[in-house]
Parts: sequence; C-alpha cells; structure tokens
Amino acid sequence: MKCNRLVDAGRRQFLRGGMMATAGAVATTVMTPEQAKARALARVEMPTNRLANIADLVVNEPLDITYPDEESLGVLLKLGEAVEGGVGPDGDIVAFSVLCPHKGWMMTYSPEDKSLNCPGHHSRFDCENGGQQIWGHATNNLPQFLLSVDDKGDIYANGVDELIYGRLSNVL
Amino acid sequence: MAYKRQIDRLPIIPADAKEHNVTCHYCIVGCGYKAYTWPLHKQGGTNPDENKFGVDLSEQQYQDTEAWYAPSMYNVVRQDGKDVHLVVKPDVDCVVNSGLGSIRGARMAENRPSKVTGTQQQRLSDPLVWRNGVWQPTSWEDAMDLVTRVTARVVTEGSEDDLVVSMFDHGGSAGGYENTWGTGKLYFESMKIKNCRIHNRPAYNSEVHSTRDMGIGELNYAYEDYTLTDTIFMVGANSMETQTNLYLNHMVPGLQNGARMVVVDPRRTLTVHSSEQYAGPDNILHLAIKEGTDMALFNAILTQIVDQGWMDSDFIGNSTFQGGEAVAEDSAHPAGLGSLDYAMQTCRTSLEEAAEICGVPAADIQKAAEWIAMPHDDGSRRKCVTCYEKGIIWGNDNYRTIGALVNIAMATGNVGREGGGVCRLGGHQEGYYRPSDAHVGRPAEYIDQFLIRGLGGVHHIWACDHYKTTLNAAEFKRVHKRRADMVKDAIDAAAGGTRDQLIDAIVAAINAGGLFVVDVDIIHSQIGQNAHVILPACELNEMNLTSMNGERRLRLSEKYMDPYGNSKPDCLIAAEMARSMEHVLREMGHDAYADQFKGYDWQTEEDAFMDGFNVGNPEVTYDRLRAMGNDGVQEPVVGYENGVLVGTKRLYADGTFDRHGRDDKKALFCAAGWRGWQAAGKAREQATHRFWINNVRANIFWQNQFLDQKNEFVQDRFPYPFVEMNPDDMVDMDLKPGDLIEIINDNGVTQGMAYPTPSSKRDQVAMVFGSPAGSQGNVVNPGVNELVLPDYKHCWGDIRKVSNATRETAGITFKSKEVML
Repeated sequence: MKCNRLVDAGRRQFLRGGMMATAGAVATTVMTPEQAKARALARVEMPTNRLANIADLVVNEPLDITYPDEESLGVLLKLGEAVEGGVGPDGDIVAFSVLCPHKGWMMTYSPEDKSLNCPGHHSRFDCENGGQQIWGHATNNLPQFLLSVDDKGDIYANGVDELIYGRLSNVL
Repeated sequence: MAYKRQIDRLPIIPADAKEHNVTCHYCIVGCGYKAYTWPLHKQGGTNPDENKFGVDLSEQQYQDTEAWYAPSMYNVVRQDGKDVHLVVKPDVDCVVNSGLGSIRGARMAENRPSKVTGTQQQRLSDPLVWRNGVWQPTSWEDAMDLVTRVTARVVTEGSEDDLVVSMFDHGGSAGGYENTWGTGKLYFESMKIKNCRIHNRPAYNSEVHSTRDMGIGELNYAYEDYTLTDTIFMVGANSMETQTNLYLNHMVPGLQNGARMVVVDPRRTLTVHSSEQYAGPDNILHLAIKEGTDMALFNAILTQIVDQGWMDSDFIGNSTFQGGEAVAEDSAHPAGLGSLDYAMQTCRTSLEEAAEICGVPAADIQKAAEWIAMPHDDGSRRKCVTCYEKGIIWGNDNYRTIGALVNIAMATGNVGREGGGVCRLGGHQEGYYRPSDAHVGRPAEYIDQFLIRGLGGVHHIWACDHYKTTLNAAEFKRVHKRRADMVKDAIDAAAGGTRDQLIDAIVAAINAGGLFVVDVDIIHSQIGQNAHVILPACELNEMNLTSMNGERRLRLSEKYMDPYGNSKPDCLIAAEMARSMEHVLREMGHDAYADQFKGYDWQTEEDAFMDGFNVGNPEVTYDRLRAMGNDGVQEPVVGYENGVLVGTKRLYADGTFDRHGRDDKKALFCAAGWRGWQAAGKAREQATHRFWINNVRANIFWQNQFLDQKNEFVQDRFPYPFVEMNPDDMVDMDLKPGDLIEIINDNGVTQGMAYPTPSSKRDQVAMVFGSPAGSQGNVVNPGVNELVLPDYKHCWGDIRKVSNATRETAGITFKSKEVML
C-alpha cells in the first residue's frame, strides 16, 4: 500500500498557505507560547498541550497534531507494539514532527513499515525507533514530542528532543 | 533509541556577522556553503534588522527557507585567537546545490575541532615523536629535524628510491592546489621520487588512463547537461548517495523534464529506486548485470549502434582518427587504440553473446541502445550524458572497460555538446597541480608490494590511511607494522643517547629491514600507529584552499578559523620539510643536493598557490577567485575580462581532442577485447566462495570516516560497517539484524554487521568500504590491472557469525533504505 502522494507544487502551496485548515484541530493549549517565552531560562520552556485522548487513536493510523504551536505540524501514532519512549497502557503511543529536518518538506506516514517519508528528497525516519533517520539527508534524527497520559486517557505533549525545522527556538 | 542532540534553541546570526565563501570539504560535487562568524558575546535577534536574513525569526520559516540552520551547522571555534560563533549552512545562491545540504556537508560546522564544545578532540594539535615507548608531543623544530636527518641519511647513503611516499592527490578536505603543489614540488622537483602512491590505490597512476589515451579528459561536461539531455547513462555509480546534490539538483530536474535513465549496476541502488519515484519506473532501465561484465554490455550496445546506423557520422569523420590502428597494445596500453572500424574488429559483440555474459535479457540491452542512441522521430540525434565511477574504475579490466564505455559516447557524438559528456562522477574534489610525474613511469611501481617485499627505508605518508583504504590490506598491515616495529625497538633501545646516536640506531634498523614512518595527518590514523613521527596538518577553512568540482568549477574556500593547536597547512609543512632538508644536507656536505631544496620561502598558503597554480594559470589569483564567490569559474580559465574570470563551460566544444597529446587532435576508439576476469586470482576466488562481497559507499559517511568516527550522529546510526544481505540468506545462516559477522577468504578477514536488505540478490552482499570498525580491503586480493589499478570491487568470501547483536547494533533501525511514498 502506498500512502497519499502529493504533487510537489501543490504541497508547497499547501505548506505555505493553507496548512492551518488541517492542523491543530485537536490541540488544546494549556500554556500559551507567549507564557512560555516570557521567562528567561537556560532552556526553552515548552508548553504542555493536550493532543488527544487515547480513545481517539486507531492503531497505525496517524492523527494530525501540532506542537508546541499550530505552526509546528506533527503526527500522533498508536503503533500497536510497545516501543522505547512510547506512552499509554500499551507503551506504543508516540508523536513526531512531520517537517523533514533536511529542508522542511512535509512528510507522509507509511503504515506499511511505520516510517515517515519525505517526498522532496526521499529521507525517511523510523517511528518505531525514536525517529532515527533510516536513510536521508538530514543531519539530525526526527524531533520526537515527549508525551504523558493522564488518568482520563488524555495525551499531552510536554517537550521535544531536537530543534524543529524552520525555527531557531522550539518555542517562537 | 536514536541519538538526539537535545538542542532547543540556537544563537541567531547577527546582521553584521562576517560572511565567508565555503566549498564543501567532501565530495566531488563541491556544494556552496556560507560560513558566518561573530563574537561570542554578541547575538542576533528575531527582528528583521537584527539578523542576517532580514526576516522575522519569531515566525515559523517554511520549506526550503534560507533562514534556518540545524544544530549540526553550528559550533564555537577559534578565529584570530578568539572564540567565535560559527554557522556553516548551504548557500541558496550557489548554482551547484541551490541551497541543498548533504548529510555530510551540513555537518561541517559540527565536525570542526572546538575546545569549547568538545567536538573533534581527536584532531592532532602538536607534532608527536616515538620516544620512551610512547608518542610524545614536541616542537615542530625537533620533529622535523628527526624526519629530515633520517630521510637525508637514507637517500644519500642509498638513493631517492629508498624513500617511499604515499600522498593524496585530491582537492577539498585538506587537499587542493596549494597542498598538492607543496608535496609535488618537494617530491617531484627537489627530488625525483618514483616510489610513490596515491591515497586510494597502490601506485602513482591515473584511475582513467584509457579515456585520456583516447584524447578525452574525464571531466568534460557541465552539470547543466543533466537537465538538457534525453538520456542519463549511469554506470557503476550511485549518485543519490555519493554525489547527492548533483543528483537532486541536476539529474532529478532532468528526469522531471522527461529524460530517461539507464543504470548499469549489479545492485539495485537507491539511485534506481529514487529515480523510479521521480521519473516513473517506465523511464528507468536498470541493467542488473553479473558483476564485472560491464565491458561485454558496452560492446554489445556499441555494436547495436553501429549496425543500426545510429552513429554520428559527421562527428566520427571530423573528430576521430580514421587510419586504423593509432596506438598498438603494449605494456603501457592494455588495449590498442585507433579508428572506429579498427576498434569494431575487437569490440563486435552480439546481443545474445552479451546477454549470456552479463545475465540480462538481450531485449534490455537493445532497449538501452535505443534509449542511448536511436534518433528521435524527426531524425534529430538523441542527447545522452554518460557518467561512471568506482563500479568500473575499481572494477574488472579498468582500461578496456572504461574505453568501451567512452567508445559509445564517441560513436554517438556525445562529447563536448549540450546534453552530452562522458565523465567520471568522482569521489573527492580535484585539486592537482604538480611538476611532471613522467619519471614515475608507466606502469608505475606497485608500492604496496614494494613495501611488502621489504624494500624502501623511509615512508612519508600524507593523509593516507592504507589500513582502511588499500587492497590486500591484511598482509600490508602485518608487514608494515613488523617493519615499523623494528625501528620503534631501535629507538627505544637508543634512549638516553645523543641525536646522532639515535639517527645511527634508526638507520641501522632500516638497513636490517625496518621502515621509518612519518605520518602527516589531521588525526592519529590507523596507519599512524606505525609512525615514528606524526606531523599535525590542518584542514580546509583553517586555511584558504582552492579546488575544482566534477564540472571543473574552481572556487576559493576561505579560511574562517585558526588551525587547531599548532597544526599547519600541508603545503607549509612540505615547505618546512624542504628547508630542513636543505639545512641538513648542507651540514652533511651535500651542497649541490641541498641547492635543489631552495625555493620554499612561503609564509602562507597563498604563497604556495602563487608558486604553483598561478604560474600555470596567471589569470587566477585569490582576490579574483574570492570575487567569483561560490559559483567560481569553470576550468580551464581562459581570460579575465571586466573584473570577471572567464572559464570554459564544457571541454571539446570545437570537436578537437588533446588529452592524449596527439598533434592531429583526433579522438581514438578503444579496441576493448573482452577477456573475462582480468586480474590474477579473481576467477579462482569466485569459484571457491559463496558470497560476492560488493564494496559500496553510503551517503552518511565521508570516505574512511576519519572525522565521522567521532561524530555521534553517524556512529549511532551505523556503529559497525553495514553488510547488506538478502533476508533469506540471513535466515539460512541463522543471522538476525545487527548480528556481528566475519567475512573470510584467503586474503584475510574483516567484520561487519548484518543488515537485511530485501533488494539484495542471494549470495551477494554489499559492505560499506573504508570503515574503521572493519576494513573491506582486508579481504580484497592483490590483483591489479597492467597499469596497477586495483579491482577492489571483486572479492568473494564466506560469512560466519561472530556474535549476537551488541547493545549498539540491536538499537538501530533495520528498515529498508528505499523511500516509501
């Protein structure tokens, strides 16, 4: 099975213009970016955002999210098997940026081997292994969003482990 | 779990940061980068007037933006004795890469030595001498005196033939015109050293003798030819991995513009897979031939072209030799050269014969010939750009195979024209400027065997690590170490003596079969373990350096930081060595010989440039090159007009050919007679071992990993050299992903990590070359061609498991490298 492939030019327009239409629908901000950046700390203080509830997730079907703000697109995944860094009762829930750390193209998810793939220059990243670049041009592995789950099954993002493409501070 | 840098914010480049032109250190493509430096106590801001990009950095930047850099593009380095911020990022305005960075080049900043951030602390900072049983740091004066006193004794008591030199001949990295001139002047002008070799092969020779003998220099096109062509004909190369931005920025637009592609490679490479994504599978023809059979394929394609009348008759009549045999086959020419008719007497091969030899359908060979040469429906000629690299350069019967490929380009008139060209793709950038090497002879001495036979007394090594990058490496290492240890033991035994007594002890050990080893390098390399004196060199951007890329694009890559510690440019080390030789020889009473070492009064690398390259190319100066920026100028430079250096877009545009030096300026065809395995021992090795051990590259590593071995991002991905294997072979052998394996044959043993690869054929594995954790060269036999070109690519062995996966290898991803869109 092949995932949705977008025409390059169309994708570029999509990313520059209309991405808000599909992104951020499920995110609820607990701490605004403005609140986060107001304090001068050694590290950027990341907001804690609710992304979804476990009940919203279907195994191996990506859910579009944003974190730490609506300009930073990501994907929330229930992989079906526990992975290192996974959360939830099955230890299989993870979240990643979908902006390729090479040139910022938006990647698509391949449910076939649980990878994120860049249509621009063919870099790809393993969602089952901390976003390790399987092959590609990026000089870092894929930013992974750090997650927690509360008693109600709500999933929160609390941080990120690499610099997100297109921003020199993870909180703008 | 994947390595993460845990960096959440980077310093912003201020609007007034210093800007420097940088050409990537690494591959032949030579992507343009910009380096920005600024004082450590200052920083830019997010407002447009506060940063170099003039944009609001408090907002998200979108795809392909200039205004973003990854953590790997940042470091803190020394500049004029002060710590400064450094960002090195791809240049969006460079025609070579248009802002694309590679996984190699986009880590240049991170791979700088920094005492502040702790990166690349493996870099050598001071000369080291073997003393008191260990390497001890010392001054340049002390170390160089030891080098030249021993060298001068050996060459005067014996001859210059007792001095063996291994020296890089490339551009980029720590190569370039300045540094090849420095060593070239020392060894080929002041001395006439003939026992020398190049960094990646065991003799001092060309990798592409035949194309040159045919009159065609191997870098003759412009990269834009890939966007202007009808067909890209790629042989023994994997450009998506190894010339990444040539592929992405020039070949892909060509494919998207309707070009077809023929790829000849026994392995289904990522270039094949990606090209299918970009152009559609129907426009990509992959000829997965049996290893080493390229020549038969090329001969059949040529035969088709001739028999179908698809030749470019005007070109053949006007630009190629017409009189039968021009050069007879002899010890310096492994094939005869002459007219097309003459060559066809030897080359003629039917589709069926080639299909049998190559193991691919005759119809596919026919299709390749059509895609390469069949005129368009309107009768116009088809444009085809031919590119090749190590698959045939380090393959079977180098001379004739490359000749057979060049024949096709010549027969179809695809040289010197838009959308044409027949070029090697290249490894490093080029940067060769030296006095004549004619005294070396042809065939040149097989230096590894020379050393193995116990010959030579002093070995000067300039940035070569034969432990990782030579053939027959297991035997070479054993002998080199044994001979070097004899001298180490002599030095240890002479402890407490005077300098004269030490020199006497070293020379006595040499005369008993020992080898005195001097290693000039940026790190303490594996072969450096045998050295008695280690001299620290610096790299590109710690000095100014000029090189040219695969379309002969010459750039000045500017110095933006200090050499690490007391390291120096190679050219200035060579100059210091020459001055010291002069002094020592004069002291020894050899005045006439000492006089040969005059002329090295260089204070800077620019002095070396002016002494060498500028003499042959008087239009070219540092100031003029600096003004040409990252686009530089394509060699040869033919003038300087209106403040601009005037270059040459493609060679041979006038249809005359001169690389062979013939007065008639006619290109010659090669009588490429197929003879099966050319190099000694290959057929027997193939018959007696199960696996073909293909020797391959990967985009993530630069060459033998000299810097990447200390780069956590790289080592986290591949902690051992990968050995791509068919999953069914792994099941057969009870191997799991990441298990450590040994590859064994009569030449030696090496080790790697099993990496399941569904696209691999059964009984064929692909091992990454040059790894510090497992040298593929250990198992490559000593077989070479008549001109001492190694056949690294053809090696067979058996595989056995060494251990289960380690914690490191078990933790990496083993998914297919092929993109899934």
